[in-house]
Amino acid sequence: MATTIHEPPKVEERRLPGRGSPGNGDFRNLVPSDGKLPAVQDYAPAPAKTGIWVVLAAIAMSFAAFTSALIVRQGSAMDWHHLVLPRILYLNTLVLLASSVTLEIARRRVAVFMTGARTLDLSPARWLYVTLCLGLVFVAGQYAAWQQLRSEGLYLATNPASSFFYLLTAIHAMHVLGGLVGLTYVMRKLYRVVLRRSTLDTFSYYWHFMGILWVYLLLLLWMKL
Amino acid sequence: MHDTSTHAAAHHGPPTSFIRKHVFSLDHKVIGKQYYGLGLVAVIIGMVLSWVMRIHLAWTAYPIPGLHLLSGTGAPGNVMTPEFYLQVMTMHATFMVFFVLTVVPFAAFGNFFLPIHTGAEDMPFPHFNMMSFWTTFVAFCVMLLSFFVGDGPTLGGWTQYAPLSAVGAVAGPGQGSGVIIWATSIAIFCVGQLFGALNFIPNVLDLRCKGMSMWRLPMPTWAWFITSCMGLTSFSVLMPACILLILDHVAGTSFFVASNLVINDQLQPHSGGSTLLWQHLFWFFGHPEVYIAIVPGMGIVSHVLITNMRKPMLSHRVLVYSMGALAVLSYMVYGHHMFVSGMNPFSSLVFSFPTLLITIPSTVIVLVWIGSLYGAKLRINAASLFALGFISMFITGGVSGFFLAQPSIQILLHATYFVVAHFHFTMAIAALFGIFSGTYFWFPKMWGRMMNDNLGKLHFWLTFIGVYAIFMPMHYLGLAGNVRRYQAFVVDYMQPLVGVHQFITIAALFTGAVQLIFIYNFIHSRFWGEPAPENPWQGTSLEWSVPSPPPHDNFGGKHPVVYHDPYQYGVQSSTGDYLMQDSPEQVKGAQDEP
Amino acid sequence: MAKLLAVTIVVIAILSAIPIIRNTWHPLPDVSAHGQAIDDQLSETMWEAGISFLASQIILAWFIWRYSGNRPGEKTKTFPGGATGLVAAAVILVGVEVFALGIFGVKAWANIYFTPPGADAMPVQVQAGQFAFYFRYTGPDGTFGAIHPEMLSEANQNFYGIDTDHDSDAKDDIVTAEMAVPVNREIRLLMHSKDVSHSFYVPALRIHQDFVPGLDLQIHFTATKVGRYEIVCSQLCGLGHYNMKAYLSVLSQDDFDAWLKKQAALQ
Repeated sequence: MATTIHEPPKVEERRLPGRGSPGNGDFRNLVPSDGKLPAVQDYAPAPAKTGIWVVLAAIAMSFAAFTSALIVRQGSAMDWHHLVLPRILYLNTLVLLASSVTLEIARRRVAVFMTGARTLDLSPARWLYVTLCLGLVFVAGQYAAWQQLRSEGLYLATNPASSFFYLLTAIHAMHVLGGLVGLTYVMRKLYRVVLRRSTLDTFSYYWHFMGILWVYLLLLLWMKL
Repeated sequence: MHDTSTHAAAHHGPPTSFIRKHVFSLDHKVIGKQYYGLGLVAVIIGMVLSWVMRIHLAWTAYPIPGLHLLSGTGAPGNVMTPEFYLQVMTMHATFMVFFVLTVVPFAAFGNFFLPIHTGAEDMPFPHFNMMSFWTTFVAFCVMLLSFFVGDGPTLGGWTQYAPLSAVGAVAGPGQGSGVIIWATSIAIFCVGQLFGALNFIPNVLDLRCKGMSMWRLPMPTWAWFITSCMGLTSFSVLMPACILLILDHVAGTSFFVASNLVINDQLQPHSGGSTLLWQHLFWFFGHPEVYIAIVPGMGIVSHVLITNMRKPMLSHRVLVYSMGALAVLSYMVYGHHMFVSGMNPFSSLVFSFPTLLITIPSTVIVLVWIGSLYGAKLRINAASLFALGFISMFITGGVSGFFLAQPSIQILLHATYFVVAHFHFTMAIAALFGIFSGTYFWFPKMWGRMMNDNLGKLHFWLTFIGVYAIFMPMHYLGLAGNVRRYQAFVVDYMQPLVGVHQFITIAALFTGAVQLIFIYNFIHSRFWGEPAPENPWQGTSLEWSVPSPPPHDNFGGKHPVVYHDPYQYGVQSSTGDYLMQDSPEQVKGAQDEP
Repeated sequence: MAKLLAVTIVVIAILSAIPIIRNTWHPLPDVSAHGQAIDDQLSETMWEAGISFLASQIILAWFIWRYSGNRPGEKTKTFPGGATGLVAAAVILVGVEVFALGIFGVKAWANIYFTPPGADAMPVQVQAGQFAFYFRYTGPDGTFGAIHPEMLSEANQNFYGIDTDHDSDAKDDIVTAEMAVPVNREIRLLMHSKDVSHSFYVPALRIHQDFVPGLDLQIHFTATKVGRYEIVCSQLCGLGHYNMKAYLSVLSQDDFDAWLKKQAALQ
């Protein structure tokens, strides 16, 4: 059987995007074709972006599990007491959604900078501060909601509705706090002028997801409790 | 501020200090070996526990020397108490399922080889990867801790059915602190595995080298990818379940505990919880977990067999699609664990059909393996023997699934030794054979030395015969109605079966002892084995294109470029009957679809 | 060595099949009205699984025997059918096979779970607790007294928590530690757990149902043969799980009446 041996194609180093780098949507798996090998175009988004989707999927699955637990538990319950949601939750919702908006403003500012503006005024940082503050206000507001329930004599183990209320809001608040830790990391990076845009993007995915998740939880609690 | 397109994390330089190199290492290869070591420790614990159980089952009143070392109160006069038997059984299953069958085929081999197979220099998030191992390690230590607290580990079985697991110490020894420790450990373990999935999935999707399209990924990497998707969606359900269970214990909630339960003449303070809720949440995790244990083994076995058959599988894609189908179906079939557990009998029927359906992808995989053997030039070595053994085990375990998929037959066989035989053959023994096969095959690459192949073959023969002797008779016990999780057989119709149990025990002790050959071979080869060449088995995938063991960044600063499908065997190239993935050579007859 | 492996696989497969063919170990003989369908289903499945098992192990062994070793001058070959053929074979052979099994199995399942008990079925209640079964018969009034969990006490021998002093329904209830049923009479079994999950497994009766705490289930069956059988718990319920069992006596109607009278006298 005849075999043909080709010269190994020359791979130009500079055509390779950074090693291990994701680039943002570059065609990094393009085989240098010498006309005989099939060229493979393979689109590879940033691992950070894929990674955050993995994280969001895990969180979404967890809350799906809690949701199904709530529905099953309610379906089998003879002891279900209706729970009136504390009013402050609606205010908290607005705060959290506003924080998404401020984050998005910061991100837009960064995007403008990325398109070529060579100087960066620190206005994105200012908006990130606002986001951080709004996040803290949200958690404080949730705490106020728990206080209110406590003053009504509703504790974690009082009845299934209050169990689920504390459980879902507390776990969500923990995720929000985790997001705020991430936000301080992003801001530290920003001040050190080494922030990668994908880091900010990744964080904003997470943060917006917290907002969506909260709206979902609020609807669930409002309908089911 | 500048968006540097370099991914800093993947760029860490080789560490110099001992701690960064061997303990808190960011290198996926070191992490893989750490997982392997953890699995090895766990499998030894699990095996010793199973011996203790087996001896007790066969000779119930016979003292087992040294048993008091395991538990001060559980073994007066070295004879197990009934509760200690159940505690040992629970710990055997927990260590084996979580810390061996999940950790070794998936986390250990996956960490070591997935980045090399994709042509990446490391995982995308090495810090998370390091945390993945160390959280798993913490989970392991927490689980071990339960032997040393209060009244010992939980006795509720690895399935931890509520309300036995949720009402606290009143339900029995170990049901208080033991369950809390168990659930905490498992929740931590879930976090560790989610960190793992966080690395595996983006690595496969984003860090493939030039030319490495998805279809050019080798079989094990496909298997790990599918497994990490399953892990992502199932461990993230188990963790909430564990949180709810812990809350029922420590916070007095009633998620799983129904009203009006009277235990030891005490009316329990809980109300309204759902007994079946735990089972639904648990098995939604539990059934995919079975495939998390077995699918990596399928990938490893395909990889080993292809290399040793010197020809590719009949179809790479069919195997991948079948594994994917197993993964998807595994979420739809979990109800077959609950046919007689009080679920709506109509649901039982609904769950029975996807369960029967899952035999189709399983059969396709087995038929493709067997069909691929046709016309092969099969090399016999320890790795390929274990791979062939895997197929035999998987067939045996698979056909017993025909019975257990049917609700009507489960009326006879549910919770009997038939089930024990079934899941040991499929998820336990087959997965272990996958681990052994992978170890003999990859040891040269992982530790840079060859294992002794003759000892490996001896290990195979004794193990292969041994495990059939252990688990085949369990089918017969199940048919005769022998219920599992009994510490002694006081039921009249089970007493004649004790002879079978004694046979199984002897086989188990024999098979366990045989594993010493493996441990000796492993340790001896690790330090004194022959140095391994770069490509001892004439393999084609990228791990064989780098030195043994691979350098810190896997490819020594080079950027691998891939030109071929992963398995170009049976061709005539300048190197012999195979063509490396990164060889730019073009050969007639090579299947090279992108 | 490949040939040895092939022989070993075949020998193991045949040795494994021998006890099945000789029926060395088998389910206890069926004494229920509905069990025949389950037994048929079991033997049907045994045939199909057995043939699949033997055929695939033997073909595996044959290919290992035939295609091992580096046979110089011989090229590697591809299976004539190709992967498509095998997929088709799997879908057609196995798919049809298991689906047929599944569909026939529905009948056996429906016999038990989808047919309501007859109106004249005799109610018997079984209560599972750590680690014993207790049974309750209605007595002449045909109704069970209500259960008061707070009164339930093993120490006071009030195993069911019934109020015999104030509850007229409960006064004539007969609580026993052994179960007896008349032969050929349909029994409506009310299942109640007082503490954790248990199971009511009577292999001879082809009955297997878990107790769900907080949810009382009901099954029904007819025993067709006089004899003494065992009820065991198959759902892990704690340290005494292995010892949780009770006897079920299937008696002729006269014997049953006498037995029940004797039990009533003991209350």
